[in-house]
Amino acid sequence: MAVLVSTTINGDNVEFACEPNESLLDVLRNRLGLSGAKEGCGTGDCGACSVQVDGRVVCSCLVLGVEAEGREIETVEGLAHGTELHPLQTKFLEHAALQCGVCTPGFLMAAKALLEKNPDPTEEEIRFGLAGNLCRCTGYDKIVRAVQDAAKVMRG
Amino acid sequence: MASESTTAHPFEDAPNHVTPTVIHDPILTKTDFKRVGTRPLRPDGLDKVTGRARYGADFNMPGQLVGLVLRSPHAHAKIKKIDTSKAEKLAGVKAVITFADMPDHTGGDQSMYDILENCMARGVAKYDGHAVAAVAAVDAATARAALKLIKVDYEVLKHVTDVDEAVKPGAPLVNPKNITEGVEPKPTKPSNIAKRTEFGHGDVDAGFKEADVIVTRSFRTEQTHQGYIEPHACVASVSPDGTGELWVCTQGHFVYRNHCAMLLGMDVSKLRVTSSEIGGGFGGKTHVWAEPVALALSRKANRPVKLTMTRDEVFRASGPTSATSIDVKIGAKKDGTIVAADATLRFTCGPYYGMWAELGAMTAFACYDLKNVRTVGYEVLVNRPKTAAYRAPSAPMAAFAVESVMDELAHKIGMNEVDFRIKNAAKQGTRASYGPVYGPIGIGATLEAAKKHPHMKAPLGKNQGRGMACGFWFNFGGQTCTDINIGPDGSVTLTVGTVDVGGSRASLALCVAEELGVPYEQVKCLVADTGTLGHNDMTDGSRGTFSSSMAGIFAARNAVTVLRERAAKMWEIPVDDVKWEDGHAKAVGSKYGNLAPLSIKEIAAAAGNTGGPIAGHSEIVADGAGVSFATHIADVEVDPETGRSKIVRYTVIQDAGKAVHPTYVEGQYQGGAAQGIGWALNEEYIYGKDGRLQNPGFLDYRIPVCSDLPMIDTQILEIPNPNHPYGVRGVGETSIVPPLAAIANAMSNAFGVRMTHVPMSPPRVLKALEAAKNG
Repeated sequence: MAVLVSTTINGDNVEFACEPNESLLDVLRNRLGLSGAKEGCGTGDCGACSVQVDGRVVCSCLVLGVEAEGREIETVEGLAHGTELHPLQTKFLEHAALQCGVCTPGFLMAAKALLEKNPDPTEEEIRFGLAGNLCRCTGYDKIVRAVQDAAKVMRG
Repeated sequence: MASESTTAHPFEDAPNHVTPTVIHDPILTKTDFKRVGTRPLRPDGLDKVTGRARYGADFNMPGQLVGLVLRSPHAHAKIKKIDTSKAEKLAGVKAVITFADMPDHTGGDQSMYDILENCMARGVAKYDGHAVAAVAAVDAATARAALKLIKVDYEVLKHVTDVDEAVKPGAPLVNPKNITEGVEPKPTKPSNIAKRTEFGHGDVDAGFKEADVIVTRSFRTEQTHQGYIEPHACVASVSPDGTGELWVCTQGHFVYRNHCAMLLGMDVSKLRVTSSEIGGGFGGKTHVWAEPVALALSRKANRPVKLTMTRDEVFRASGPTSATSIDVKIGAKKDGTIVAADATLRFTCGPYYGMWAELGAMTAFACYDLKNVRTVGYEVLVNRPKTAAYRAPSAPMAAFAVESVMDELAHKIGMNEVDFRIKNAAKQGTRASYGPVYGPIGIGATLEAAKKHPHMKAPLGKNQGRGMACGFWFNFGGQTCTDINIGPDGSVTLTVGTVDVGGSRASLALCVAEELGVPYEQVKCLVADTGTLGHNDMTDGSRGTFSSSMAGIFAARNAVTVLRERAAKMWEIPVDDVKWEDGHAKAVGSKYGNLAPLSIKEIAAAAGNTGGPIAGHSEIVADGAGVSFATHIADVEVDPETGRSKIVRYTVIQDAGKAVHPTYVEGQYQGGAAQGIGWALNEEYIYGKDGRLQNPGFLDYRIPVCSDLPMIDTQILEIPNPNHPYGVRGVGETSIVPPLAAIANAMSNAFGVRMTHVPMSPPRVLKALEAAKNG
């Protein structure tokens, strides 16, 4: 039987009903029309579904929709403020840090969480911080450079 | 051989990839550029960093059902009976299908029949994961419950999954009717060898007699998957009136349309296919699997059906490349001249005929100028998923074997490995081992660049080795259809039919902006659905930017002709007195001295009075895709305690002809290298004795993650392709070819251990190190 859940998504109060066994990813994509997070594996191995829950980056395919109760969820759709892109978004574009782009929402959310914890990471810290996100197109070179550049901008 | 759009082939339109095209009149017309070669933002980028871009699974139709596929748990089994009655009775189930719902419309076309059978088993399940039935239900939970209610009565048959086992006499037969093609006289008994092919020239046996040194080695490579992050997904809708729509992630929606229409018995014009944004393909989205099934479900249910593969299904039932077994023999004189080269290549195809060993046999020695060369390929049937193209299909394995032997031979005759390759490198006028005579090519230039590269002289640390290797890919042109429409405000819409797999909309807009003489931002490039343009071949063979830019430039020239005519009308002067320059019509001659140039905007604004909308169109077979060469340098560090390897420095040097958008060219070089590194070190399909795939997930099939790789340096060389107006060559594939050998050569240089089995995973490396230690 469906459960009623109250949560905050990208700053908005949201209520939804979902099955107890339904993943947060399925809720976002199928019930709330937020299809920025992608299902690449459904087993927490690829990171394409990464979102932040109370500031912590998680694979939303491994979180239940009901666990969103009372939490603050952030998805790629909430990354830009109006028409102003987040520095990570700007730098991913400028560095061509995406080819097919399907892993990009997950990378952006993982990189955001990384830089919130560590505003001045070394290359190695970036590489390990993003090791939970798979990209098959880029070889990661331009992704790492984009994150380095965004970190610089964000430090001011 | 001409490509028929409805002809299914393991490598779509493969004959075109391999037929040398002789171009008598080079069409290279431009070498100075204002916009081509710059690095603007891609037009689809914003949608992709904000989550707005719609991929295969991001689209829905009103009233859609959820489709799921039931797959064989057996590697090889006779399907005695399928009982779907209980599933059909479950509330919420709207359709259940088996092969009986997908009748044979292929009219004797064996390759299309193979595709049909691969989409839905017909009497025999031929690999673990082979589809046997499918359901459409109101939601995923109901569909999953319905799958469990389908009862399939199997009779398990003997199976074979290993390439060397499959060619042994007495091996279980994957297809009891298979008689080897390409052998005279025709064999009387069936076997698992589908076809034998041979390439080469000269007298190999005589050549080896002249050799001072001969190296012979056997190699194996394991099966890998393209590993695109987006699983296959589509939404299909078929109406009772026989029309249909398909939204799908694909590298070629026109080819998907043609194949699906044939398999479903529909008219091609009645099936409209829209390509979604594609979350990676690398060759793996050039083949239909789930799409005909989704259409058949929709037809039966009379509702739209969304069908998305799970990652487990992607590994078990789509992709992969061949597993191989390769023998190479090369002989050289002491001065470094190769006198003979010979290779035998056995490539798995899955249960169906393919041309994978053939491509391996063609590419194996393509980098070199050889007097005596022979390659023989054997297509091997096994109980594994049907082999699909994977980025420069078959070339990486062949290059692994050949480039490993090249290094060993160089060292045996006491030559530097780069100098040895330079001495034997193919050049303009060389007859390639697979037949054609090369035009201007870049293998020598990439080798010279490698020799001079600072990477070659950088110091190495403890337990580190450096290796290099070369790679080749044919590249492809193919059927291409492109439209240019000038809007009433003078802005330009470029409509193409090649799917954008990694930035091609930016490259194509750059080329058309260059040709029209307008800013890049004034050109909007769209990928059209199949109802909007004529047939376009797949984005494969590195053809996306090569072919659509050629067609786009021709379409722009046609639009310029119209723009000049309209300007002439506006000025009331002869069209011959109007030239096109810097995005403006200009009157030529002193008598028109007071006529100010007309911009596209001004001409477009007047179009209603000068003849109507302004457009340019082009439909071509983009012949003359220039062949592509690369040289890679790899530094590898091996932990002698664990056998784990790490790439510590990597350099890609490749000829691009002309790099239209250099950043995305670099991206192709880096991405291909990363896939090759994964292949070299970790990735492999692991089958149990029961013939089941043991690692169908990203946890156990490990593709490189960010912390596995260093920055990947790139050097773009530009040796213009005379057969493209701007000199462009395809750049997408070649970079996956050299890494396997470059890394194996690095390990050999570090430890004196010749690795002959890919992936060079920690257990294999450790074993080799211990064997070397124990003498």
